[in-house]
Amino acid sequence: MSQGQNISRRDFIKISSIFLAGSTALSAGAAQAFSGADSAAGDEGSKVVYSFCEHCFWRCGIAAHVRDGKVYKITGSDHHPLSQGKLCPRGTGGTGLLYDPDRLAHPLIRETKDGRQFYRKATWDEAITLVAEKLYGIKEQYGPGALAMLHHGYGVSFFKNMFSQIGVNKYAKPSYDLCCGPARQATVLTYGYPSDTPEGFDMKNSKYMVFFGTHFGENMHNTAVQEISEGIRNGAKIVVFDPRFSTLAGKAEHWLPIKPATDIAMMQGLMHVLISENLYDKTFVEAHTVGFDELWNSVKEMTPEKVSEITDIPADDIRTVAREYAFHAPAAFVHTGRRTNWYGDALQRIRAIHILNALVGNFKMPGGVVAFQKFPLVQPPPAHEHPAYEKEVHSKYPFFPDDEPSNTIASHEIVQQAISGEIKGLLIYGVNLPETMTLGRDKAIEAMKKAEFVVAVDVLPSEVTGYADVVLPECTYLERYDDLDNGRAFRTPFVALRQPAVPPMFDSKPGNQIAKMITEKWGIHGAFPPSVEKGLDKKLKLVGSSLAEIRKKGVLVMPETDLYRKPGEALNLKTPSGKIELASARLEAGGFDAVPRYTPHPEPPSGFYRMLTGRKPMLTFGRTANNRFLGDLATAKENEVWVNNHIAEKHSLENGEYVHLKNQEGVVSEFPVKVKVTQRIRTDAVYMVHGFGHTSAKLTWAHKRGASHNQLISKTEIDPAMGAVGFQNNFVTFIKEA
Amino acid sequence: MSNKKNYGMVIDTRVCVGCSACVYACKQENSVPEGYCRDWVVQESGGEYPKLTMENRSERCQHCDNAPCVTYCPTRASHYDENGTVQINRSLCTGCKACMAACPYDARYVHPEGFVDKCSLCRHRIEQGLETACVSICPTGSLNLVDFNNMNEKTRALLRGKLVYRQKEHAGTEPSLHWISASNKPGA
Repeated sequence: MSQGQNISRRDFIKISSIFLAGSTALSAGAAQAFSGADSAAGDEGSKVVYSFCEHCFWRCGIAAHVRDGKVYKITGSDHHPLSQGKLCPRGTGGTGLLYDPDRLAHPLIRETKDGRQFYRKATWDEAITLVAEKLYGIKEQYGPGALAMLHHGYGVSFFKNMFSQIGVNKYAKPSYDLCCGPARQATVLTYGYPSDTPEGFDMKNSKYMVFFGTHFGENMHNTAVQEISEGIRNGAKIVVFDPRFSTLAGKAEHWLPIKPATDIAMMQGLMHVLISENLYDKTFVEAHTVGFDELWNSVKEMTPEKVSEITDIPADDIRTVAREYAFHAPAAFVHTGRRTNWYGDALQRIRAIHILNALVGNFKMPGGVVAFQKFPLVQPPPAHEHPAYEKEVHSKYPFFPDDEPSNTIASHEIVQQAISGEIKGLLIYGVNLPETMTLGRDKAIEAMKKAEFVVAVDVLPSEVTGYADVVLPECTYLERYDDLDNGRAFRTPFVALRQPAVPPMFDSKPGNQIAKMITEKWGIHGAFPPSVEKGLDKKLKLVGSSLAEIRKKGVLVMPETDLYRKPGEALNLKTPSGKIELASARLEAGGFDAVPRYTPHPEPPSGFYRMLTGRKPMLTFGRTANNRFLGDLATAKENEVWVNNHIAEKHSLENGEYVHLKNQEGVVSEFPVKVKVTQRIRTDAVYMVHGFGHTSAKLTWAHKRGASHNQLISKTEIDPAMGAVGFQNNFVTFIKEA
Repeated sequence: MSNKKNYGMVIDTRVCVGCSACVYACKQENSVPEGYCRDWVVQESGGEYPKLTMENRSERCQHCDNAPCVTYCPTRASHYDENGTVQINRSLCTGCKACMAACPYDARYVHPEGFVDKCSLCRHRIEQGLETACVSICPTGSLNLVDFNNMNEKTRALLRGKLVYRQKEHAGTEPSLHWISASNKPGA
């Protein structure tokens, strides 16, 4: 990818350390906070503040323990249904973010002097005035479609409200395209409702749980891990299809090291056995599904023998899993997983999972597929009618969601439109774009360089801030209010509060104030409540509570809902047929396969290995990369590249040595990565955790730790139906250190 | 029901995923300095591809009933307390490391301030009727604080019919950590 001078309207600027938080005074403060003390209870000036976490999308309830104005410990909230008093390692690590000496401390404005670009420290008024002028100017000159927002994080609602005031409606959450999007839309197409977080599986009551390449246990989704553990204690069996012996595979009755990129073939093979051996739930399928004949026609030829050739899994093992699965049904399920898009066919892959569930009649049955409910928060009546543009979708993909107001276009479409010049202004909220695998690093940088104006709202000087015209330092989630969270569906529907445990440090501000200041600079008043507290209180009054009440426990919880269907109960699904759609007429009408079909994907060139990725339980990619508290454990300090022992021998690699990686297009990793020689991965793939190898020297902890997975993505596959990004057709080989 | 307490742990490795929440919770609770920890996670895998096995364990001081660290401590800094746990009196500790040489579990480290430190089984929390920091945070419920003099039915049920072991029993240390093996079959 060319990054020639002609497009370098904006050079990367290394933010000078004098604008960052890392003064001696702060470092001392941080050390003090880490050192804590022996006991919280009864201490003078100590308190517990209930809020919710921002270290991943799960948004667990936390209890922030504060003493002498410092957060010294974070534990799981006893009151929050997703935590139930428990917390994952990342949740404890809020202190590492809050007291990160590298934090952005002041607004920064890009300037050019004598041909040299640099940032200068600005006042909030200067920075807000510039941002307001530039964004408004672009909107006036080119129309609202020339502005877009890439976002990640719960504070975004305020910026959405801000943009909505001037008709801007192009919003993308890269995580949607990479992670949950295909599952959401596959669920809409099959069941007529979107999938949720936590995913709708009755895990703790299940007897047989089948997973395809999803890494619970390494993905520390607190509630899911709690429920899987309860399932295991209750005697559930686990089956894992994964090219890598993951932690979850370590819990499995059967680990089936499937050849990567052949999942759909395996799912078709399982369907074949269920149908040909009459193991499926005939009564349920006849009463509640459509498209069975079409489905059978599509899997008739997919015998276990044929599927075995494609997937590298013995035919007998395929039969065993299908038979055991049917035996334990309906208290059995195949899980849709998380980060579902690998090869651009994710929508169909997740549809195949849903079909496997429907065939055994586990819908709304104990231990099967369930639909958790959300807390019905009443929205206050709008000051004015919502204009039509707020309902517009800008994505060109036919099955992109049309009911997700914070996601109206795919993130890679924003990147492409910035490169093509259609988008002139970008607001980037909490997304470290160069290290976010939306179209790879080079395209991300090209997009930011081409845009006329880029404003980044962030907590840390991550790579993205170096490409912005204005950097606005937001305070962390432990220092602010955000909107109420009723976006998580669970057994006991709930609404949670984010509230500050301590006031904002340095010259940082909460997103709710930043968005309001920009909006008011446009001369628009009344778009935001007089204070964020008043706005929250007003919303809570509508459900008979108040800010004062919810602050005590951080959450309002409803009684447990009934998740299971009664005998003879009609499903009344919101699909076109009103039933579970094994074959989808909507997909067919859009020019896609009505039933999922396996298609082969590219194979690694000789001497190259498919690059698979995942995470470490104590880290969430960019969110935690610079977190010294979490990084303190030996297992957290860097990523490794997992190499099969036979492959290591072939390339003369020793366990623990450092190599550079080179991908199929010749891209070589900037930094070396440690080799982990293991039997725990197939011979045709390697594995490395995403979120390492940071190039920004201002991330003084993360800089040069491990190698960047994102840098080695040169090729992406877009799901033609719903626009998600797959990136596992990248292959790497090893360059030994000289 | 015995009035004398004898605290230890039952650790269910069938569910442990090695996430290390226990380690971070301990570091915050007990002000463990950067670069050190009182508990740690071991991930052990074995077998031959594709029949691999795995056990994840959250390890710490074993609070032995016959603790070599207590026997070999020349200043009586290491001692048994009334709860059946092994504690260190910092003011008596000279940092001589005799205990570290004696401990078969490598459970101790020298604190930068000069004394030897290790897991206290959150004695300060137990005294307040709370569970240890690691037990209370553990998302999988792998960690269980148990008074072995007064075992409840929940703990008995957890142990019943399972392969349970203690580490280095041959050393005669009578460790108070009991491990439910990951090799137990589902429904054992």
